[in-house]
Amino acid sequence: MTAADAPEDAREDVRKDARKDAREDPRKDVREQRLHPVTPLRRAWAPIAVLLGWAVHDMDQAQRQLAHLTGATLAIGLGVLVPTAALYGFLTWWFTHFAVTDTELRIRTGLFFRRTAHIRLDRLQAVDITQPLLARIIGVAKLKLDVVGTDKKDELAFLGEGDARALRAELLARAAGFAPESVRDVGEAPARELLRTPPRTLAVALLLTGAPWALLCAALVVPTLLWMATHNLWTVIATAVPMVGAAFTNSAGRYIKEYDWTVGESPDGLRIDHGLLDRVHETVPPGRVQTVRFVQPLLWRRPGWVRVELHVAGSANSVLAPVAPRAHAEDVVARILPGVSVPKTAEFTPVPRRGRWCVPVWWRGYGVAVTDTVFAARQGLLERSIALVPHAKVQSVRLTQGPWERCWRVAALRLDTGANTTVTARLRDAGEAAELLRAQADRSRTGRRDAPPDRWMA
Amino acid sequence: METGAAGPTGTAGAAEAAGAEAAGAEGPIRATGESGPPDWVGLPPGLLRLRRLLLVLFLGPLALVVDIPLAVFAGPVWAAFAALPLAGIVWGWRMTGRNWRSWRYAERADDLLISRGVLWREETIVPYGRMQLVEVTSGPLERKYGLASLQLHTAAAATDATIPGLAPAEAERLRDRLTELGEARSAGL
Repeated sequence: MTAADAPEDAREDVRKDARKDAREDPRKDVREQRLHPVTPLRRAWAPIAVLLGWAVHDMDQAQRQLAHLTGATLAIGLGVLVPTAALYGFLTWWFTHFAVTDTELRIRTGLFFRRTAHIRLDRLQAVDITQPLLARIIGVAKLKLDVVGTDKKDELAFLGEGDARALRAELLARAAGFAPESVRDVGEAPARELLRTPPRTLAVALLLTGAPWALLCAALVVPTLLWMATHNLWTVIATAVPMVGAAFTNSAGRYIKEYDWTVGESPDGLRIDHGLLDRVHETVPPGRVQTVRFVQPLLWRRPGWVRVELHVAGSANSVLAPVAPRAHAEDVVARILPGVSVPKTAEFTPVPRRGRWCVPVWWRGYGVAVTDTVFAARQGLLERSIALVPHAKVQSVRLTQGPWERCWRVAALRLDTGANTTVTARLRDAGEAAELLRAQADRSRTGRRDAPPDRWMA
Repeated sequence: METGAAGPTGTAGAAEAAGAEAAGAEGPIRATGESGPPDWVGLPPGLLRLRRLLLVLFLGPLALVVDIPLAVFAGPVWAAFAALPLAGIVWGWRMTGRNWRSWRYAERADDLLISRGVLWREETIVPYGRMQLVEVTSGPLERKYGLASLQLHTAAAATDATIPGLAPAEAERLRDRLTELGEARSAGL
């Protein structure tokens, strides 16, 4: 599904105006601000990267061109390029404003094509503060609001580190429904640590995962075979570089990204901080989590570890904990989704035996459990996973049945949620599935009644 | 071919129409109680007529295009190949009928049920409170046949709740009712 398929109301959350003269009439109490003055430099590397890419792509040509380059042309080139780039950077910075009103964050940008984004705070799904390595050195940060329908352009990059934190606190306070006069004084909500991943555990866990090893083997074997077959250095390099890259992002890259993973709890919601080089601080307000998924690769069974994923509408991050002991992870989930307990393995209803004709061997992995608060579906034999969706978060329920499935009187039940994830219970007995469908529709309708309000402090 | 096909289309269409009217007769009494089986409503016959017409318009000329050169250049025996598109018409005729009959929907007190499909069956339930947007669309051909499609969107893009081939008045009535109920029971994400 693409962003274009996103529901209309969700798109309305970010009302965009790309018209040239959509001039906002800033009210007197709305304080318009500019981004941090280093912002124009953020794209300074782009022309250099283009030149480098061209040089690497076509080396002979590049060498010839370099030989022709005289001091004069170089000076002229630099004399034109540098001021133009500088002017462009300065102007984009100068024409970008943002303001926080009682209900919205407004971002006004664009030199020739004006663009105004109004982001409704009561529809806020998460707030991220990201600090790439360079930004950490300079002391600036990006701030991004996750609302269904926002895109990359709607992030505030860059703000001063302190400003970003203050702005996050203010936005969260407003979204929570504090009185407008007091929001600036509320400040950062205190956080209590729930879970921290020790670097050693993370490293061991990654070593016990299959994907990095498989990719590493592929990165070693495939180029060697290619070299024996073709003896063409360029072909080998062209295949080896992406494969090594993939192996790296899946092992060391993941380690760097998931280093020092901390999950905290505060009145503002869940806080997730992680990263060795690039630091990311994410805040998910209460009641925004749509689905939670426990994944347990085969070799994690002995130490009893799981990876926990969570899905929030409009958010890019989907990991709650890269690795955690199962009992501990369940406690954390119980804090995020109040009243939810993860069903034990014995509580799952297995699929009927005739399911083996539809999914041989793996049919044993499927199972379903329904509690007062969640619908849980289990799947997988070697890598086991459990997906949980609170009844209140189900958007629609579907029952599907293909011809072969009907032959064996089984059907699949699918629960769609707002984070564009679907929790599927496959191979249920047809009669049971029909009953589950009706019952789930009722539970989903009533489940919302005692859910906390969107403005959680109001 | 036009005259040859028009007869069956007309009679079959009329027969289906009569059947649908008989089914529709119990439609207007739409109890909204939770207990008991839902009151299913089928689709009006316009969609079936349109689909069958498209089928014949597409495969009929194909049969002629295959048949005439074969009969002229390869001999009359080869002309038997024209039976393939004709068989396609017969098969498609039955399939469109089965598919059309499989589509049905029911308005309950708190949710909308849509059921469809013969080989690949799907039944969808959308609580009114989750509806973000209700859309009524009608293409040029559909308009000519007095048809409109209703589509529901929820916050989940995977929700595929479409009812094709409704009468425009019914589509608008449903849209207004669903919007009204959706507002009354709105629940958001």
